[in-house]
Formats: sequence, structure tokens, C-alpha cells
Amino acid sequence: MSIGSFILRRTGLGLVAIFGVSVLVFLFLHLIPGDPVDQLAGGDVEPEQRAAIEACLHLDKPKLTQFGIFLENIANGTLGHQCPNPENKPTVMARVVEVMPYTISLALGGMLVAFLMALPLGIVAALKRGTWVDTVAAVISLSGISIPTMLMGPVFIVVFFIYLGWLPGPAEPDQPLALVLPSIVVGTHLMAMLSRMTRSSLVDVLGEDYMTTARAKGLPRTTVVLKHGLRNALLPVITIAGLQFGAMLSGAIITEKVFARPGLGTLLLDGINERNYPVVQGTVLVIALIYVSVNLLVDLAYSLADPRIRRA
Amino acid sequence: MTRATMNTTPAAAASAAPKQPLLARIGLSPSAWVGLVLLLGFVVAGIFGPWLAPYPPDVMALGDEFAPPSAMHWLGTDQNGSDLLSQMLYGARLALIISITVVAVSAVSGVVLGVIAGYYGGVIDEFVMRVVDILMAFPGILLNIAIVATMAQPGVGTLIVALCLNGWVGYARLARGQVLSLREREYVLASRCLGAGAWRIMRRHIIPNLLSPITVQMTFGFGGVILVEASLSFLGLGPQVDYTWGALLDQGTTFLWRPGAELFALVPGGAIMAVVLGANLLGDGLRDRFDPKHRSRRH
Repeated sequence: MSIGSFILRRTGLGLVAIFGVSVLVFLFLHLIPGDPVDQLAGGDVEPEQRAAIEACLHLDKPKLTQFGIFLENIANGTLGHQCPNPENKPTVMARVVEVMPYTISLALGGMLVAFLMALPLGIVAALKRGTWVDTVAAVISLSGISIPTMLMGPVFIVVFFIYLGWLPGPAEPDQPLALVLPSIVVGTHLMAMLSRMTRSSLVDVLGEDYMTTARAKGLPRTTVVLKHGLRNALLPVITIAGLQFGAMLSGAIITEKVFARPGLGTLLLDGINERNYPVVQGTVLVIALIYVSVNLLVDLAYSLADPRIRRA
Repeated sequence: MTRATMNTTPAAAASAAPKQPLLARIGLSPSAWVGLVLLLGFVVAGIFGPWLAPYPPDVMALGDEFAPPSAMHWLGTDQNGSDLLSQMLYGARLALIISITVVAVSAVSGVVLGVIAGYYGGVIDEFVMRVVDILMAFPGILLNIAIVATMAQPGVGTLIVALCLNGWVGYARLARGQVLSLREREYVLASRCLGAGAWRIMRRHIIPNLLSPITVQMTFGFGGVILVEASLSFLGLGPQVDYTWGALLDQGTTFLWRPGAELFALVPGGAIMAVVLGANLLGDGLRDRFDPKHRSRRH
């Protein structure tokens, strides 16, 4: 398969997936029991008011038309309006744009923490494989996967905010240091995955002939491992990290809730609780779009680096 | 070396070598044993928990709130004076039911779909894989949240359905991938030449070969289900029962700042962590055990 047709096919499949997600979310939202009008108006409403809200949400139109309007809102870039009184409220797109910096900074912070912990752990485990050091490294990384975010976050808050007072607590997301604890919490899960990937990839590379050559040339051990070994071992690690970046942009719901941080996850949960259809629909669409595009970019980058992928 | 010695050597060696103990012959690494023990502890607590529990989970003792561990309350009590150990044991039953059901339903449906897609290919394969793509186009927990949120009174049944609806995807992908390579193997081609039907080939040659990777995946899945259940309970979307581990952890963390009440969060959190860790350790061990390539890479 040529690179051009590979890109076309993958992009097409990505678009199909995003469209499928939109249909799925639309279907689910219209199954939610509970009257969105009651929720939005807050209690008893006059019939005229109810009619006005229903008209604003387009609930008075057939389902297919409602879906058409949703697609139209995607096309015009607003992702929909919030009811009632849409003219006084930001569009869904504006709300998404408002929380994006928090989401992106958390994902980047988490990624940084993950790499800082995973690389040394993975390298040491690979070099000392089969020894107790390897076992300890495996236990550390598996603990990272196993510890529930809902426990780790609050414990960190109690220790570093309440007892030690070193770092800002929840609900202060604009302080520069406020990113530290959430990043560690988000990064710990990813660290576990990356360190294990680093280990197995480096173990494979260490057995290659060029590594023997490098050692035979009398190069220092550090140069051999880091320059010849790690550089070649990092490709699959970076791929996993890239794929996980999409997940972190959207999957940090729990961390956001624990630290009372704004973000895409919080926006989605708020939307669900308020029965705010346009917000839920728009947020899920944005999440799916980010997820699919990041995966697509990683795939493309990888296929450029390794042409064998394209044939699969 | 003569023919005669060659023939006798293996038998002689076998009889001379001390018989390996049964546990060693199973061939699991020490860490996998730790995982197995952790999981067995969970299963035992889940099966016998409600009979072992000293109190009913919802009995409250006002005036006895946040009691420290004692002979009467081994793990202390919560903000209502309910016995934490009893709640944990009842919660273990619930967690066991949820995780076994979800893993079993997801694995069976995923394997069936994946095998059919991989074996027949064509339109069926395209369709199944597109559904897989859609379900994988956003993080699984979001879909679970969306499904649970559509229910007015999320119960255990809703949670199981929500987790199964996207739980099968991983199994289907794994099974399809394996089938694609298995169906071109010589023994499958030979069997087909001899006139074996699709059903027979799947049953005799393909499914047995899938069992190892699927078992590994199911072991990992076991831990995943517990974590997702806990996450949903934490977000207020879990089954509306107070004593699931997730709900206990959620309540516990709100009192974590209170000196003396730490156990209330650490016990459910630690239990969740132990099960997930156990599942991961055992899953890793089983993968090494089943896949010789992995084993050689390890040492």
C-alpha cells in the first residue's frame, strides 16, 4: 500500500468512527430518562416557558431533524447553543475552548512525570533483568497501574496540602504549582505502561548484533546502552505514549474531580448532571475527535518510520 | 554414542532426577503465585464474605461513629457507626459477582464475534471491525458513564450491561488477530482439504488455540472491571448500594483529613489495589507461562 492510500484509508476510517460516536451519543442522550426541560428551568414551569425551552433545544422537531441540526452546529463551529436564552450564554465550543488549556496542561504534565519515572525504571529493569532489581521495578510499575486514582489523589492532598502544606490543594487550578499533584496522579498510570514497554523493548535491542559490535569496539557502557540501545528501543515506547496522550486528554475525569480542576472530563460530567444535551454531545464529539486524530497521527508517524506497518 | 544409550538416556535421566513438587511443575513465577493468592483471597471473601461478616452491612450504631479498630470492630466503624469489615465483606460479594459476570459475558461474546469476523472475513469482518473502531474511538469509561447516566436508578444490572457493552471489544480484536494467522496454518488447511466444515475447524483447531491468550486477557480484565466499577461509584454513577468498594472508598476519602478515620479510605482502596495488582501479576505470569517467546526474553 502506498503512503498516500494508507493515509486516505486511515483518515476515512477515523471519520467513520467519529460519525459513529456522534450517532451513538445522540441515541444515548435521547434515551436519558428525566425531563431536560425540568432540569434546565429548575422546578415547575409555565406551559409557555416549557414550549420556549423545547423550541430552543429543538425537542419539538422530529429526531432526524434534531440530528441534522447537531451536524449543522458541527459544521458552523459552534457545536450548539445552551438553553434557555442561548444569546446570553457561551456556545458549547466556547466552553470547550475555555477548559482546553487545563486539559492540555494536565496531559503534558502527566506525560512529563511518566517519562521521568518510566525511563530510569525501564532501563534499570532491562539491564538487571532476572534479578531482584527487575522484580522491584515490576512491582513498582504494577502498583502504578493498580492504585486507584480515587485513593492516590486524596492521599496526596491530605499529605502534601493538609499536613505538609507544600503544594496548593484542590479548587485552585490557576496557581502554577497546582499542576504538580494532578500530574503525578495522572502520570503514575502511564509510567507503569511506559516503563514495562521500555524494559521489554530494550531487552530485545540489547540482544542485537550491533550492540555486541558497539561493546566490542570498547565503547563505554553508558554510551552503548543510552546511545545505541535506548535510541533504538524508544520507538515503540513513544508510540504507546502517543496513543496514551489521547486517552489522557480525555480520560482524566477522576483526577479532575479529585482536584476540582476544570477540564473536558468535568465539563462532560456537569453536562450529564444538568441534562445539558448540547454540552454533552459537543464534549463527547471533541473528545472522540482528539482521540482519533492523535491515534491517526501516531500511526502515520510510525508508518513513516517503519514501512512494514503499512502492509498490515 | 550408540543407539542403545540414546534410547535409554532420557528414561534413565527422568527416573534419576528428583520428582519436582507439584507447585513447581505448574511453572508459574513467584510473582504470579503472589497474584494468584491475592485473587484467591478475593474470591474466598466474595463467596463466604456475607457469612463471615460479624454484622449486617447496614446496621448503624449511633454514638459509635469512627470507632478505632477493636475486638468488636476489627477495622473500626464509619461515620454511621457501621462495621467496616462487614461492609467490605458484603462489598466483596458484589465486586465478585460484577467482575465474573462482566469478564465472562465480554469474553464469550468477544471471542464469538472475533472468530466469526476473522474466519469469514469480507463484509462481516468489515462490519465488526468498524463497530470495534467506533467503540475504541473514545475512552471506554466515557461510554460506561454515558450508559449508566441514561438510567434513572443505576443498579448492579445496569453496571454489568454498561461494562459488557464495550468490554467485548478487546477480546474480539485479540481473537480476530489470532484467527487471521491460525486459519492459514498447515493443519487448518489440511483439515479443510479433508472436508472439515467451518464449525468443526473453529471448534477443533481455532478455539483451543485461542484459550491461552484469552485466559491472559481475562485475568487482566478482572482487575480492569474492579477499577472501572470503583471509578463509576466514585463519580456517583455506581450501583446505588452503600457498600460497594468504590462507594466505600468514595465516602472514606471525604473523611481522610480526619485523624483516626484514615482506615475508612485506606481499607477499600487497599482492597481494590490488591485485587487489581493480583490480576496483573497473575496475568503477566500466565502470559510468560503460555508464551515461550516471552519466557526466553525474560531471562
